[in-house]
Amino acid sequence: MIELDRLEMTPLLQCKNLVAGYRIKSGFVHAVDDVSFDLDRGGFLGIAGESGCGKSTLAYAIMRLLKDNATIESGSLLFKGADLAKLDEEQMKKIRWVDISMAFQSAMNALNPVLSVGEQLTDAIHAHEEATQSDARKRALEVLKLVDIPKDRFNSYPHQLSGGMKQRVMIAMALILNPELIIMDEPTTALDVVVQRTIIEKIQELRKTLGFSVIFITHDLSLLVEISDTLAIMYAGKIVEYGASESLFNRPLHPYTKGLMNSFPSLTGMIKRMGGIEGKPPDLLKPPEGCRFHPRCPQAIPICRESCPSLEEIADRHSVACFLHKGAEIL
Amino acid sequence: MAYFARKIGLLLFALFVAVTLNFFIPRMMPGDPAQDLIDKMQGIPLESLEAIRAAFGVDSNDPLLVQYGKYLLNLLKGDLGISISRFPTPVWRVLQVAIPWTVGLMGTATIISFFLGTLIGIGVAWKRNTKLASFTVGLFTFVRSFPYFWLGLLLIYFLAFRLPIFPLGNAYTPQLQRGTMEFFFSVLRHAILPALTIVISSMGAWILTMRNNMINVLAEDYITVAEAKGLPLRRIKTLYAAKNAILPSITGFAMSLGFVVGGGLLTEMVFAYPGVGLMLYQAVQSKDYPLMQAIFLFISAAVLVANFIADIAILILDPRVRDGGK
Repeated sequence: MIELDRLEMTPLLQCKNLVAGYRIKSGFVHAVDDVSFDLDRGGFLGIAGESGCGKSTLAYAIMRLLKDNATIESGSLLFKGADLAKLDEEQMKKIRWVDISMAFQSAMNALNPVLSVGEQLTDAIHAHEEATQSDARKRALEVLKLVDIPKDRFNSYPHQLSGGMKQRVMIAMALILNPELIIMDEPTTALDVVVQRTIIEKIQELRKTLGFSVIFITHDLSLLVEISDTLAIMYAGKIVEYGASESLFNRPLHPYTKGLMNSFPSLTGMIKRMGGIEGKPPDLLKPPEGCRFHPRCPQAIPICRESCPSLEEIADRHSVACFLHKGAEIL
Repeated sequence: MAYFARKIGLLLFALFVAVTLNFFIPRMMPGDPAQDLIDKMQGIPLESLEAIRAAFGVDSNDPLLVQYGKYLLNLLKGDLGISISRFPTPVWRVLQVAIPWTVGLMGTATIISFFLGTLIGIGVAWKRNTKLASFTVGLFTFVRSFPYFWLGLLLIYFLAFRLPIFPLGNAYTPQLQRGTMEFFFSVLRHAILPALTIVISSMGAWILTMRNNMINVLAEDYITVAEAKGLPLRRIKTLYAAKNAILPSITGFAMSLGFVVGGGLLTEMVFAYPGVGLMLYQAVQSKDYPLMQAIFLFISAAVLVANFIADIAILILDPRVRDGGK
């Protein structure tokens, strides 16, 4: 019993000091640089950041689907006692999709245009289990039902579905082996807000009934604040602020987080000027010295140019990597 | 089904246009085939001229439209006129002898080249980071630039002349009795060098096309999804990658099958192979208009029919086309 309790207590996924990126001729692109976070069982972690901040690389690193010149350099990804970063392809194959699956960025391109929906759902089952055709079909129909896709769509081809339906098929596909963790890489970005809303509600509802954990990646912070219980803000390959969603939303500490919060309108709050953040994200091949955000930071102080602040917990379940919040010795 | 009907309609219309152009274009050209023939046979009495003109269907007394009507009617009856160079053999009989050789040789070679090239293309794209793959691609990029006839001459020189393994030309040994096993092997032996010429020089195009298509498809998200799902590599390679990558190749394949009927003109000339290509060359040289016309008609018909078959094949492979939209 004690063992079981301990198991329940440890996070489902522990990412520790993960460094991943792309080897190119002129050097190493630090797309994910010393990233650490914990994901509890049943938890919903939102990762937000601009395009090119490394959030998708992080997702592909967890799935161990990094392509060609991309690698995990160091760090660990503890998942149920195994370090995903160190497993070989054969071992990873047994975990991928069975324990951790992924809903991809644009379902339009994530479905094979020349295979029927049913075939693309059932082949995942056949790849991992001995199942009869009719068994696999039955299970595929079940997950389709979960995402409100009618039975007769089993034989449809992707082009016959609307954008929202394709995305729901993608989610059904991620659910089909009943994984414990689903990584969602911008699953609603290409959809209009109304469809986006129904998809999000569907995900929340399924999470309640099926109990899987989610890592949700998007550039849309307003969406994340609403749906995730923990938030990580990524900038130039690093997590700059991390903590309970509510705390981050009510009291954003990092100037970058504040900037992001200012760049979307609040539905209920006072009318205010939209802020946005000046400048462009840095070149990850040669990130700036010191804090990576300092060239764009409105509150930068001299030390920001010299050294890089580490992520430190400054309140309960709220960490930030910023010298402004380092305490008295700097201020 | 609407797609099918539309394609059939289009095919029939295109055939009609081809037939019509085939009638009018030679008639708009200067010169008179009958006059040519008469010049050739010196001393023919003038009365015969009219008779010959009538025989060739170029008697200009009828208005053009009436001639056109007669031409269509004859065509429906399968009457393609009389060959000038092989007077008085009907054109269809001349073609009847040549077509099987060409279709047999060129057709087989084109099909082998397409399937082999496509398979190799899939292979080199799948293993694109290996030395063998880059070597294969490099080799065929190089070989592809050889002209057919030059490669043919090279093969003849080394494998028929210096080392007399294969015959120098022709399609069979004339002394042999047709229908015997011996005759069959003689045909095979005669076909190997020209077929090899065609396969070697055209395969590169299929390899490169398929490789490029495959590499594009392999970068698609659905391939990553398939990998993430842990599907067997075979399934990813065939049903996810190759099935998508082959679609653009099919139209090209159909086109080249269509041109088979025209014969590899140069290949057949180099190997003195008695097919349509060689016949077309002879027809042009001897100003055999009815024969030329018939050959052109067959080429256009073959291209159109091959395209139609390609459309059907794509219909079967690509569900998006089945719905008649994108």
